Amino acid sequence: MAAMLALFFWMMAAVTVVLFLGRVWWLPELASVHGAEIDRQFVLTLAISGLVFLLAQLGLGYLIWRYRARGEGRAVYWHESPKLEFTWTLATAVLFIGVGVQGNRVWANLVSADQGQGAVTIEVTAQQFAWNVRYPGKDGKFGRTDPSRINDSLANYLGVDPNDPAGQDDIVTQNLVAVPVNQPVQLILRTKDVTHSFYVPHLRVKQDAVPGMAIRNHFTATKEGEYEIACAELCGMQHYMMRGRLLVMPRQEFDKWLAQRAAPE
Amino acid sequence: MSSRTFWAAVLRTAAVVTVLAIAFGCGGGEQEKKAAVEEQPAATGAFWEPTGEEGDLTGKVSFQGQPPKFPPISMDADAACAAMHSGRVYPDAVVVNGNGTLKNVFVYVKSGLEGKNMRIRDEPVTLDQKGCIYEPHVVGIQARQNLRIVSSDQTTHNIHPMPKTNREWNISQPPGADPIIQTFSRPEVSIPVKCNQHPWMRAYIHVVNHPFYAVSGEDGSFTLKGLPPGDYEIEAVHEHYGAQVQKVTVPPKGAATADFTYAAGQAYRPSSLEMMPAMALPCCGAR
Amino acid sequence: MAEQAVAHHQPAQGFIRKYVFSTDHKVIGVQYYMLALFAVAVGMGLSVLMRIRLAWPEAKWPLMQEWFPTAFAGGPMTPEFYLSMMTMHGTIMIFFVLTTAPLSGFGNYFLPIQIGARDMAFPILNMLSFWVTFVALLVMIAALFATGGAPISGWTAYAPLSAMGEVAGPGLGQGQTLWIISIAIFCVASLLTSLNFLTTTLNLRARGMSLMRMPLTVWAWFTTAMVALLAFPVLLAGGILLLLDRVGGTSFFIPGGLVVSDQLLPHSGGSPLLWQHLFWFFGHPEVYIAIIPAMGITSHILCTFARKPIFAYKAMVAAIFAIGFISFIVWGHHMFMSGMSPFSSMMFSITTLAVGVPSAIKTFNWLATLWGGRIRFTTSMLFALGFVSLFVSGGVTGMLLAQPAVDRWLHDTYFVVAHFHIIMGVAAVFAIFAGTYYWFPKMFGRMMDERQGKIHFWLTLVGVYAIFMPMHYLGAAGTPRRYAQLTEFRFLEGMQPLQVFISLAAFVTITAQVIFIFNLFWSMRRGKKAVENPWESTSLEWTVPSPPPHDNFGAAEPVVAYGPYEYSVPDAEKDYILQTEPAREVRTTT
Repeated sequence: MAAMLALFFWMMAAVTVVLFLGRVWWLPELASVHGAEIDRQFVLTLAISGLVFLLAQLGLGYLIWRYRARGEGRAVYWHESPKLEFTWTLATAVLFIGVGVQGNRVWANLVSADQGQGAVTIEVTAQQFAWNVRYPGKDGKFGRTDPSRINDSLANYLGVDPNDPAGQDDIVTQNLVAVPVNQPVQLILRTKDVTHSFYVPHLRVKQDAVPGMAIRNHFTATKEGEYEIACAELCGMQHYMMRGRLLVMPRQEFDKWLAQRAAPE
Repeated sequence: MSSRTFWAAVLRTAAVVTVLAIAFGCGGGEQEKKAAVEEQPAATGAFWEPTGEEGDLTGKVSFQGQPPKFPPISMDADAACAAMHSGRVYPDAVVVNGNGTLKNVFVYVKSGLEGKNMRIRDEPVTLDQKGCIYEPHVVGIQARQNLRIVSSDQTTHNIHPMPKTNREWNISQPPGADPIIQTFSRPEVSIPVKCNQHPWMRAYIHVVNHPFYAVSGEDGSFTLKGLPPGDYEIEAVHEHYGAQVQKVTVPPKGAATADFTYAAGQAYRPSSLEMMPAMALPCCGAR
Repeated sequence: MAEQAVAHHQPAQGFIRKYVFSTDHKVIGVQYYMLALFAVAVGMGLSVLMRIRLAWPEAKWPLMQEWFPTAFAGGPMTPEFYLSMMTMHGTIMIFFVLTTAPLSGFGNYFLPIQIGARDMAFPILNMLSFWVTFVALLVMIAALFATGGAPISGWTAYAPLSAMGEVAGPGLGQGQTLWIISIAIFCVASLLTSLNFLTTTLNLRARGMSLMRMPLTVWAWFTTAMVALLAFPVLLAGGILLLLDRVGGTSFFIPGGLVVSDQLLPHSGGSPLLWQHLFWFFGHPEVYIAIIPAMGITSHILCTFARKPIFAYKAMVAAIFAIGFISFIVWGHHMFMSGMSPFSSMMFSITTLAVGVPSAIKTFNWLATLWGGRIRFTTSMLFALGFVSLFVSGGVTGMLLAQPAVDRWLHDTYFVVAHFHIIMGVAAVFAIFAGTYYWFPKMFGRMMDERQGKIHFWLTLVGVYAIFMPMHYLGAAGTPRRYAQLTEFRFLEGMQPLQVFISLAAFVTITAQVIFIFNLFWSMRRGKKAVENPWESTSLEWTVPSPPPHDNFGAAEPVVAYGPYEYSVPDAEKDYILQTEPAREVRTTT
């Protein structure tokens, strides 16, 4: 029984680690600037915790096998060892706090990074179960909205006030975000109803959209292409298919795309 | 105490727990079961039967002025929807026919049928979802008549009627799923139906407790067939322009007409202005 | 001490007073255990339905359509039904299994005996707390059958989804209201239990049972009771506010200007983050309410079957306390992506990693307890060893989730699901199994079948690792949790076979639990008669008959002379010394 259990823990640990090392199932390809840091920190911590995991399971298996009851005699009568306890307490404290400090440095970089001038501002307003996307248009200003004007069946998803001149050139799309490549993008996340979370796996973007709040987030996409937007906070029955598309394109194409959308009819 | 009596007692307690839980549960469970085919009639007394004296009511809904302009629907929000259309699609809230008439107006007998117990039709009313648009846009149905919801789309829809006096429900329908059968138990006009997956989708269901209703069509006309002779209030309901009522008399074996006219610019309240009541009692379903 | 407080109450007469509305802590303990057993069966049934949907989202189930026309409308299981099952699975498992069995079940039965008391300090309160829990379970089960279905807002019931009513989705009407009421009732029951545990531990210890001679199980229950006493009132308050938002027209959690399904809500001024703070202020300690008793049980059983004193008893006590305390200042790590201030995230990140230190100490001490031992591989010991392995497996991933930067990738993915199922769900369940196999002889006077037990252990151990390890890969690849279907996204392509594998593993593992249920009930009647101390253990429950008489110790009052884990004392007669044995001349360390 002892050998079997030890063997199981060893095998289980080995298989787990090998599957991670082999990257059989792994993060989707990275397509943003800040994502590199996240991925690095993820891999670093995964390596540390993987090592701890492996050593602990190997150790547990070894002890189980080595100290199985056999023959005559008694177990060691051993109550404590202050030196040993102090050592491993200190070691784990240093390890955990070290990981924490390093993780917080990465986090600080993420949330405080300079967005630079000329960031493209996009407002994303979530609802059950769609992403309403708004560009401010040429004037760089978003038009006034009023919740009492919202009427989805008349295609006024955001309650845009037709009397506000700033809103005349706004561009509204649904489930479709276009951004220029290699340029900072600033998101303003809102929601009409419940809490959602704007999640773009390839860009390592994930941020809740909370009712009553306008939450800012920014990223710079590095690879052209079409990426998927998903919702990462339970928002209701169709949460699993609140799907959007994010198009990363060269600046010129992006401008053309905007112009096309702005053109009446 | 001996372990045996102890264990027997424990088991008995567990059994009581289970039975109570199940009994409690099933009490609520009955309500959940669909009232698909209920016995008729609801009220006491026999059904009303035609006597041969009935007449028809016909009419037309005209429209004056310029219809409002709406921004196009964002069909490209879902590729499966966009694939079903070429070109832009606009909201179907106001559809004016070529002959200057208004489509999608629900016309029904509002009063005058009191005391007559109408048979509920066996055949279901069908609501289709096609190209991420409800077809038809306006649905008339009798209370407790089956509503059959089908989907012709390669995308998941959810059907979410938001009634005021009937029970609210909300059911998903993935592509290839069997039709969903539902009923409404009480008469209620203008129940908005929404798909949350495709927010622009909107239909209106009008539930009445008799078969005398119609929806104005491509030429703006409507017919209520086989009305028993008598005096009636006929109401026309349009989602954007509101309701109008007319009094008509249907003579025995005769015909009557009721024409309605809507004008552009008429005041209306967007549906979102209708605030939900803040107090919603958890019981009873009624709000 | 025991005499004044409990005053030798007479055994109750009659079936009802003796077994239903009993004030005997042992009967109440068994009642709690049976309640948890019923709840876990329901919870597992729900998870089977969930796994069916996740593995084969588009398959039609004609028979199920016949039985549950709404849940299987159109053929396949609807996503809203999946979410209902998910919500109820989480709620029932966390509240009615993981909180109830290890704390109220084993705690009620063994805390008084292990400290040498005749009963709990407040026997009637104890009875009440069980029946209040029972009512809470009834209401929760009723939510399962509510008009419109069970709630779909998850066990966290995030407002405003949970506050808006049916317009925001099916199950959010009557079902959600019942859910909140049930949780509020449960909070009250837990408060009564914790008060009782704390008073009993402090006031009713036998002569010689100093605090530092208490078994680690008692320390664990004591600490957990403190945590529960401070955490549950917060949930109770939050639940009442949420209920008022739903039925009273208030706006604690609903801000102004919300439009759901084209309907403008009349609320204004509330904050969704307030609910998250209140919920997680309770929710994180709740995780420890489930796991601390499990740690105590594991420590106790490891010593018994390794035939060794626990390594570093004082450090173990300190670690339990540290974990209990730190559990109150880490709740923000559930909210890194919630829009909370990023500076708060930094603070919560550090406190969360700090909780790893006492957890690591415990792990080291368990390993050190095994070192040099003579391990007897009973089923109980196997489960305790499984607990240690699972505790490590589930614990190390906490290091990733504690960092807001990494959490931006892992938040609300299957990585989180894997983490908390292993560390809180399965690990705690392993401790419950270990405790069951260990204490069954004492509770029912008969032994459980070891052969069946070992088959049960192996199937369960292999099964849970097969279920939850692959979820880490799903999570690393970004698979979001709480999705009724994972085939809608291209970036998840190729992950579906893993989902099918997990489902199959789950079905096998759940089926294997039939062996346990059979063994449990079969052994109650047919098991070998148990002697007083079948495991040659040291604590007080092994000094009384199996099962113990009504007042546990009869006329004799126990006097404690030894620490709880005096195994393999070099010059002692046997390889264990009962806590109540007369003191020897040579003093041992404790």
